[in-house]
Amino acid sequence: MEDSHVERFSASTPKPRVGIDGGDDNKNWRRRVNGVEVSVPIVCGSIAFFRGKKAKEYRTHNWTVYVRGATNEDLGAVIRKVIFHLHPSFKSPTRVVDSPPFTLSECGWGEFKIDITIFFHADACERKLELSHLLKLNPEIYSGPQSPNVPVVTESYNEIVFPDPFECFLSRVINHPAVHVPKLPEGFNLPPPGDAGDESYYKMKKGDTKDHPLSHWFSKFSEADELFKLTATRQKVQADIAELKRQLVMVDVQPEQF
Amino acid sequence: MGGTDAKDILGLPKTPLSLTQEKKSRPQKESHRKPDGISREVYALTGGVAPLMPSIDVTQLKRPPPPDEKVAWQWLPVKSSARKDDLQLYHWVRVVNDIPPSGDYSFAKYNKSVDVLKYTDDEYENHLTDPVWTKEETDQLFELCERFDLRFTVIADRFPLSRTLEELKDRYYSVTRALLRARAQSPAELANHPLIKILAEAKRITEMRLAARRAAEPDVPANENIGSVSPSSNSQLPATAVAPSTLTMADYASTLASLRMLHVYLRTYGLEQMVQAASSAVGLRTIKRVEQTLQDLGVNLKPKVPTKTVCDEHLELRKEILTLLNLQKQLQYKESEGSSHREGTYGAMPDTPKDRVFASEPFGFGGTFLLSPLFQNFMYYFTISNLPGVCLSVFTAERPIKKEPKRKGPGRQSDTPSPAHKRPRKLKASDL
Repeated sequence: MEDSHVERFSASTPKPRVGIDGGDDNKNWRRRVNGVEVSVPIVCGSIAFFRGKKAKEYRTHNWTVYVRGATNEDLGAVIRKVIFHLHPSFKSPTRVVDSPPFTLSECGWGEFKIDITIFFHADACERKLELSHLLKLNPEIYSGPQSPNVPVVTESYNEIVFPDPFECFLSRVINHPAVHVPKLPEGFNLPPPGDAGDESYYKMKKGDTKDHPLSHWFSKFSEADELFKLTATRQKVQADIAELKRQLVMVDVQPEQF
Repeated sequence: MGGTDAKDILGLPKTPLSLTQEKKSRPQKESHRKPDGISREVYALTGGVAPLMPSIDVTQLKRPPPPDEKVAWQWLPVKSSARKDDLQLYHWVRVVNDIPPSGDYSFAKYNKSVDVLKYTDDEYENHLTDPVWTKEETDQLFELCERFDLRFTVIADRFPLSRTLEELKDRYYSVTRALLRARAQSPAELANHPLIKILAEAKRITEMRLAARRAAEPDVPANENIGSVSPSSNSQLPATAVAPSTLTMADYASTLASLRMLHVYLRTYGLEQMVQAASSAVGLRTIKRVEQTLQDLGVNLKPKVPTKTVCDEHLELRKEILTLLNLQKQLQYKESEGSSHREGTYGAMPDTPKDRVFASEPFGFGGTFLLSPLFQNFMYYFTISNLPGVCLSVFTAERPIKKEPKRKGPGRQSDTPSPAHKRPRKLKASDL
């Protein structure tokens, strides 16, 4: 969004230039690439199953909260660990998940807001990112008693944006399926990942959620519909603006018609 | 007393003993509490109650002055450092024990003045000339500035030629600045002078904004900002449509910059920030209208799939809606201006097609004006949501189109449009 703003108004796309990030240490791996934006599409959500016959007073639902790649790719390349902050009534409510897939399953009876903190690998970003998700156990519209086979799924799409990524990070993830990097201009040279491409970032364990047991409940998010709606609406509004401008001109031209 | 009657009726015991005792003791208390030092009548003026915070120590009032001090009042000459002339003034002085008070006249310290610089003719020729200001005018201005301690309102009243206050201030400050620069022995000295410091500060801020704007829009001409650099020009930006857009450009740029500073953020958060930047120049009501419009158009207030493209489009749509609302407002003002020229009623047009929105708009009367149905829907959304407190006034048109009633004359609702109404003013004027 930020870069396209720049693109919109300047004659040409700003050339990504490798700028030194105000750095006290001039190490290569600290250099940032300006003008390039790395984004990671994620889905943050929860799936809750009613326990049916096995339900007890305080354990009515089995639920899982997670942060997954929007296309179910492995987020472990970018995310180091995720902390889910559960309701204080849970035992040790601060649950740390330090390897992908970043999911947490629990059993409970209540709906509450789960605060999620995402920590990234050092070469990506040293700051953490906070988001939150409202756990829903019961369907919005009551349609009879809950079936233990049909869960309540609540998902929301978002994107993690790294505005001026580190060179080393960019070169490491530029071809990773979970990460979206815009097309770099011609002749832009990125140094090879070097030793950063080792397994420390890629766990042995399978980190993607493509074959996750719950994966068939995952929603697919497509921007197409929304984009279509937006562009159509914009056209409408633009037409109306033109019409109003025309009217304004006419008012000026014919003030004393009466 | 009513109280006792009520008690009688209810059969309650009459005033208990304690109350009568209270009543009796109160007047006694009052008389006992009359303080010494001030007379009874005076005390009664305050309502017979002691003041919350005694302003004067009552007991001091009638006390004779301490016997060990000898106080006399003498008519003595006064010396004030504030006076430059030799005028000898006298005043009463409280002399204690034959020692007159020492020190300067107590009010002399308030005699502050401003250092208005004086320039020589040479300096004027070299540094201070201006196309709009003559030397005589500038001389006069400076003389007034000195005389009136830079009280520009006073100076403006007394300036012989008609100059606005802002022009006078501008001239004074730019001359002073130029003079300081010309006279400065070293840049450091110059930087310390408050006028220069302020100017430097203002320059820094505007340059930051300019740089931020340039980052977003390189084609923006730089001269827009230069005008605001001078601190003496407190003139506001022209209140046209240009000003809000230049301000929000800087907002966008600074929002972008702050997002980049975060190094990582969620797309939805970024969009929120940009939307805020877009709405920074408008009021809450307009923001609500934008949101209402979005809803009416079937657009999610927060995108369900916030990809970069979707967020960009969403932001642009919001901006366009703002423009639309703005234009609509302008149009309304123009119409109301037009209608205020005419006298009140201009009735409903009998031949107006039912589906016209502007049933009685002047320029629409000619019949050449047609609205697209699309736009009608739009106007419907806008006007309905815009003026919640206003009732729907019904014209001959079937669709309830709401207009601000204050804009129309009293006969607005009348269904008798006689041809005479179509040309109210002109006809009458010529009749006279």
